[in-house]
Amino acid sequence: MRTGGSDPALAFEKIGVRFGDREILHSVSLELARGEMLALAGPNGSGKTTLLRVASRVLTASTGRMRVAGRSASDFSRRELARELAVVPQDAPIAFPFRVGEMVLMGRSPHLGPLGFETAEDVKIAREAMARLGIEALAERSILELSGGERKLVLVARALAQDARILLLDEPTANLDLRHGVIVLDRVREFVRSGRSALVVSHDLTLAARSCDRIALLARGRLVATGTPTEVLTRENLRATFGIDTELLTASDGAPVVVPRAPAG
Amino acid sequence: MIALTRRRVAGVLFTLLLVLLLVGFAALIVGPSALTPSDVVGALRGAEPGGAVADIVLRVRLPRVQLGMLVGASLAIAGVLFQALLRNPLADPFVLGVSGGAALGAILVLSLGASVGLGYAAVPPAAFAGSLCATVLLYVAAGFRGRVSATHLLLTGVVFNAFASAAIVFLASLAGLMEGARIFMWLIGSLSASRADMAGWVALFLGIGLACAVPLARSLNLLTLGEESAKQLGVEVERHRRILLVATSLMVGAAVSVSGLIGFVGLIIPHLLRLLLGSDHRLLIPAAGFAGAAFLVVCDTVARTLLLGRELPVGAVTAVVGGPLFLYLLRRHQRRAFAQ
Repeated sequence: MRTGGSDPALAFEKIGVRFGDREILHSVSLELARGEMLALAGPNGSGKTTLLRVASRVLTASTGRMRVAGRSASDFSRRELARELAVVPQDAPIAFPFRVGEMVLMGRSPHLGPLGFETAEDVKIAREAMARLGIEALAERSILELSGGERKLVLVARALAQDARILLLDEPTANLDLRHGVIVLDRVREFVRSGRSALVVSHDLTLAARSCDRIALLARGRLVATGTPTEVLTRENLRATFGIDTELLTASDGAPVVVPRAPAG
Repeated sequence: MIALTRRRVAGVLFTLLLVLLLVGFAALIVGPSALTPSDVVGALRGAEPGGAVADIVLRVRLPRVQLGMLVGASLAIAGVLFQALLRNPLADPFVLGVSGGAALGAILVLSLGASVGLGYAAVPPAAFAGSLCATVLLYVAAGFRGRVSATHLLLTGVVFNAFASAAIVFLASLAGLMEGARIFMWLIGSLSASRADMAGWVALFLGIGLACAVPLARSLNLLTLGEESAKQLGVEVERHRRILLVATSLMVGAAVSVSGLIGFVGLIIPHLLRLLLGSDHRLLIPAAGFAGAAFLVVCDTVARTLLLGRELPVGAVTAVVGGPLFLYLLRRHQRRAFAQ
């Protein structure tokens, strides 16, 4: 679903967020190109999730603005925005025992009218999304019976079923075993291949370097570095961002591998 | 099939409607004066108008069955909405003191309204105002925004209820409005003293509430995922939540203004239906209407026939079923919270 225009899929322009006198984000400018998979990394509390929340407009930035496909994000209704932009949250607390299939179908919501019921087409899209993540067999199970990792896969499937042009993923590989972590990132890779885009918050720099086109490092609410994995993952940048010494190896495919050492003195 | 279809909704609702009609018919037969099914059919068809049988069926039992259905439907749907809005299967307008607020509003008008020229017709709107105030207070005190702990929520409800009950007794005694026994009936909840002419009000409030809630049923599914997820899936959270809170208050207000504080219907029915039908509110909301109506008519029939020559308040019957269920749910809820 390649769309015309040269505007970036998503553009943060000098985004600042403060809660009282605490500054969470300071003048962050970042662009997500069409067809790009961008990783956002940084220490706990550096503002990564906050930036995602600004992007999905559940949080309003104190300063700066955001554009989606060149259009100011505040011009979108919630429904319109949900058709442009799908979110995989870190975790979703579940109050009622919806079945996995129902949960994934909720991703079709922004495409349905108020009294609408899901069509056979919606069901097909939801089933495909589940199949891509290997969770078709869970379709009839209650979401409350799943492990944290399985639940994460359901949330990713829901976001894929939403069929938006941009995916925002908040630590999609946390809780996941090695194999499923790779599966999820590969699916996101497939997603961006069709001209769509993804912003992935991740703590796993090696996995991010393997899958993403670019990495942005965020520390104390400011962008420290942005660029290709090899440009960004340097010992200096990682020390400045995480306050830790690292050893950088190179995998056989050329992707950097980050090995943490002792915290910098 | 993972998707809810119109066909399934229609099938379930048709079945529940049949159950409701059967229950209603049985309730017209059962009572102190023994009637046969053909007596009831005859009376409903208008054979022998003005006769004793027609009087019993059309003037005594039918209005009460109708009112029981309306009140039961209102309470059960209000329970479904409340649980989804608070994202807590233990939430119930009665347990959380919203019914208490409605009762307080009603009693205010009943005891003091006459002196400022308000008639009985002002009672349902006042009950609505009371339940809306209680809902807003609950909103502020316990907070709808985050995921509120069950403990916090229930404690707030306990305090609301204690306050409302005390204020009701105080006002009613002050105005010399009712003797002790009738106040008691009101606090427990009963259909025996209710005025059948108020059924129109209840139907109106229920209708408005449904008209608000049914189009938002899918939003309600998403709201149970939490505010942020709902927004990210395209729900105008604040607007929808406001509409749904008003709808809930309307239904509680209507039910309470004619029947007093009938408890636990909003807990028992939604719980049962979630077990049987799943969590989709597009099915749950209308199903709760039919099931709540049937349930309350059954309970009321038990209440008026269990003791020969005397009536129990129907609230006593629903409480006998609902109290233990509530404790069971609370225990399960705690275990689950602990396991997470």
